[in-house]
Amino acid sequence: MSQLFPYPLLIICLIIMWLLLTSFSLGQVIVGTIIALIAAQGMAALQPAKPRPKRWDLLLRLTGIVLYDIARSNIAVTKIILQGNKRTRKSGFMAIPLNLRDPIGLAILAVIITSTPGTAWLGYNFAQGTLLLHIFDLVDEAVWLDLIKNRYEYLLLEIFE
Amino acid sequence: MNHVTDLPLWVAWLVAAFLFIGAGLTLTGSFGLYRLSSFYDRIHAPTLGTSWGTAAIVLASIIYFSALQSRPVFHEILIGIFVTITTPVTFMLLGRAALYRDRSENNPEVPAMDLPKDILDKLKLADKTESVYLESGERE
Amino acid sequence: MSATILLWAITFAQIMLAIAMVLALARMIKGPRAQDRVLGLDTLYVNSMLLILVFGIRTGNTLYFEVSLIIGILGFVATVALAKFLMRGEVIE
Repeated sequence: MSQLFPYPLLIICLIIMWLLLTSFSLGQVIVGTIIALIAAQGMAALQPAKPRPKRWDLLLRLTGIVLYDIARSNIAVTKIILQGNKRTRKSGFMAIPLNLRDPIGLAILAVIITSTPGTAWLGYNFAQGTLLLHIFDLVDEAVWLDLIKNRYEYLLLEIFE
Repeated sequence: MNHVTDLPLWVAWLVAAFLFIGAGLTLTGSFGLYRLSSFYDRIHAPTLGTSWGTAAIVLASIIYFSALQSRPVFHEILIGIFVTITTPVTFMLLGRAALYRDRSENNPEVPAMDLPKDILDKLKLADKTESVYLESGERE
Repeated sequence: MSATILLWAITFAQIMLAIAMVLALARMIKGPRAQDRVLGLDTLYVNSMLLILVFGIRTGNTLYFEVSLIIGILGFVATVALAKFLMRGEVIE
């Protein structure tokens, strides 16, 4: 069973994507299922590390928090860009030590940080376990540290470890 | 635009609002990209266009075609998902490439690959309360 | 009435996106370094993708959706390849 359907979530997503790209009909469902099964076999041949989220409910909460934060920081960055030179703004690099070690969790954190305007992920040092960020509006680094550690990393630690 | 005369008024306003928000955010992002003075500042600006800029225009398109064809049309959501997944990858790679190039030129404005031991110890000690502010970027 | 509102909104959005494309192009030409140009190219790709999506709303044709999807995919691949090149190809300008 698991040989034939190695990645159920991936297969379902691929079938939905195929149906969205073409049209909703029985024939397309069959073609899409065949393509999704072949693609899943290809994925299984790569043998990637399987994500094992333990708390699906928290994953949903994290999604909500991130969507809200992206909207909020969109407004903040828009204001800064449109204000021009009226206000002195300081941007800079910031190093944050992380307790998160799970590669999937780190990947999700990277997506969150990069897709939020105002923060950019520049690198992660595996040996030291530190994350290097660039912050657009670095007025108070304690606020940003609190955001990353207590808002995102805490939830990701709960989900994956 | 003859095909939209029978569209309800509130749908037209909704589509117009989303189009305005999306295009405005994208324009602001590109304006920031043009105006800001250092690369690490500039990398923040286009995320406006790729986050809610794209999302708003995709939402406008979904609402418009759903109202026009009187059935839910969702395929535009693929663009939204696609941009959400790919943008972090491109920006992370670009940021790392810029950092690598700056480090190989010994640019003093970027932090080193490994943090100095004393700063690292301070970070570890102070873990949840504070962080170390490294080199500042440019001032506007 | 709704046609007039939509026509104005779409025209306005198209003008804004076109200006955004010009600004991204200006950054691409101006540089000053290779990573700035690649960032400008990526922004240009995203802006043109959105412009074509708005064009699809204007004509009421869903075919434009596929065009913008292809532009998005090409832009992603191009930017990733260029970023990798910046890291592994020439190191110092």
